Amino acid sequence: MIIVDSIATFGKYLMLMRRVLTRPDKGRMFLKQYIREMSQLGINSIPIVLIISFFIGAVICIQMKLNVESSWMPKFVTGYATREILLLEFSSSIMCLILAGKVGSNITSEIGAMRVTQQIDALEIMGVNSANYLIFPKITALVTMIPILVIFSIFAGVMGAYGICIFTGIMTPADLTYGLQYEFSQWFIWCSIIKSLFFAFIITSVASFYGYTVEGGSIEVGKASTDAVVSCSVLILFADIILTQLLMQ
Amino acid sequence: MIELQSVSKKFESQIVLDNINATFAEGKSNLIIGLSGAGKTVLLKCIVGLLTPDTGKVLYDGRNMITLNKKEKLMLRREMGMLFQSAALFDSMSVLENVMFPLDMFSDKNRDERIARARFCLERVNLLDAQYKSPAELSGGMQKRAAIARAIALEPRYLFCDEPNSGLDPQTSLIIDELIHDITREFKITTIVNTHDMNSVIGIGDHIIFLAGGKKSWEGTKDEILYTDNKLLNDFLFSSDLLKKVRKIEK
Repeated sequence: MIIVDSIATFGKYLMLMRRVLTRPDKGRMFLKQYIREMSQLGINSIPIVLIISFFIGAVICIQMKLNVESSWMPKFVTGYATREILLLEFSSSIMCLILAGKVGSNITSEIGAMRVTQQIDALEIMGVNSANYLIFPKITALVTMIPILVIFSIFAGVMGAYGICIFTGIMTPADLTYGLQYEFSQWFIWCSIIKSLFFAFIITSVASFYGYTVEGGSIEVGKASTDAVVSCSVLILFADIILTQLLMQ
Repeated sequence: MIELQSVSKKFESQIVLDNINATFAEGKSNLIIGLSGAGKTVLLKCIVGLLTPDTGKVLYDGRNMITLNKKEKLMLRREMGMLFQSAALFDSMSVLENVMFPLDMFSDKNRDERIARARFCLERVNLLDAQYKSPAELSGGMQKRAAIARAIALEPRYLFCDEPNSGLDPQTSLIIDELIHDITREFKITTIVNTHDMNSVIGIGDHIIFLAGGKKSWEGTKDEILYTDNKLLNDFLFSSDLLKKVRKIEK
């Protein structure tokens, strides 16, 4: 039964995406919405991305120093491991999991509230493709903004690692710098950005789907928000396995 | 003119609409009345295309809404305006932006002309002073008036109102009713109002159909409705003691 329900839900999702991924009715209105969503979903997420990445960068550095480095390990290994974790997993996957909570629930509750207050019906009656008008700008806006958020996250994480070195003296910034630069591969940054593009699509499309298909009142909107965050998180982790396998081979 | 021919709709095994036939004339306030659960909202949703009837035809000046292709249906929808029970104004926009929205989407007019048209519609519903307010700052009656202004912005041929007086005091309800009635006549619109407000029935009911148990039980005008022999309709109309007394006096 669960499998049948899941397939039916996936079918509904694909049908909604068919309506979403079409040419906007009016380019000017799309552009207006696109800029608004870039601000709401992207720019407004910068503070939380910076704060979390800074502290996680610092914590990773401390953990690596305490648990990995030993007398027979070179000093640069802490910086090297910190960089690899930030580039390969934290700044794409974990950061997108955090955004699934913030952005995903925001999208579901916004569209869900529009559904239960008949605002979506009003769009449909006017002859507007409501799915395209409401969801397409969100998808394109977050997909556009996510590389910027990834770069900000990497930068803040590295700053966090430097910060902890300077303030606690667990290692010298020079050792950290050497580790961060050791056998650096630019491809890892591209991997992080490519993965995040897929994750941004998952967050916006899945969260929009839950909001768009909600039925009932405010309790159902709240439940849909929770379901959306859970589904986005699981799908991001699942996609992470596939993408990591494909990109890192 | 809108014609319904043998419209039926059921959800699983429950028949909600059973063989409804009706004609809604242009320039008249056509009312659909009935008890809660009689099928009014489902009928209105079938008429506007938010639901598809299981059988029957919904003809807009001869065009069957159900068999139109996607493009034709979109074109037809642009000839419609609708006032929802909850007004359904867009929260993220000001009142002026709400009224401009259909113009922004579908009109070829330049920005100044679109603003002028939106202001004309707001002035028509006596709401120009509130043009820069957000919907949340408006009272229930003002929200309904703003929604009417938005509905008429594109000069629609068909106007639909789902319980326009829901949640309003009697005085404000009268204002909304009169506004709908005046706009219908002024712009020669085919208007269908879904209501169970007796003041609306007596005030603006040029043509009324009464639904009971998913069937059309009675059809007539506001002058005829007070003297009907239909028991179901009488029970519905004169459910309060006050109205029963009024009827006695009338007789």
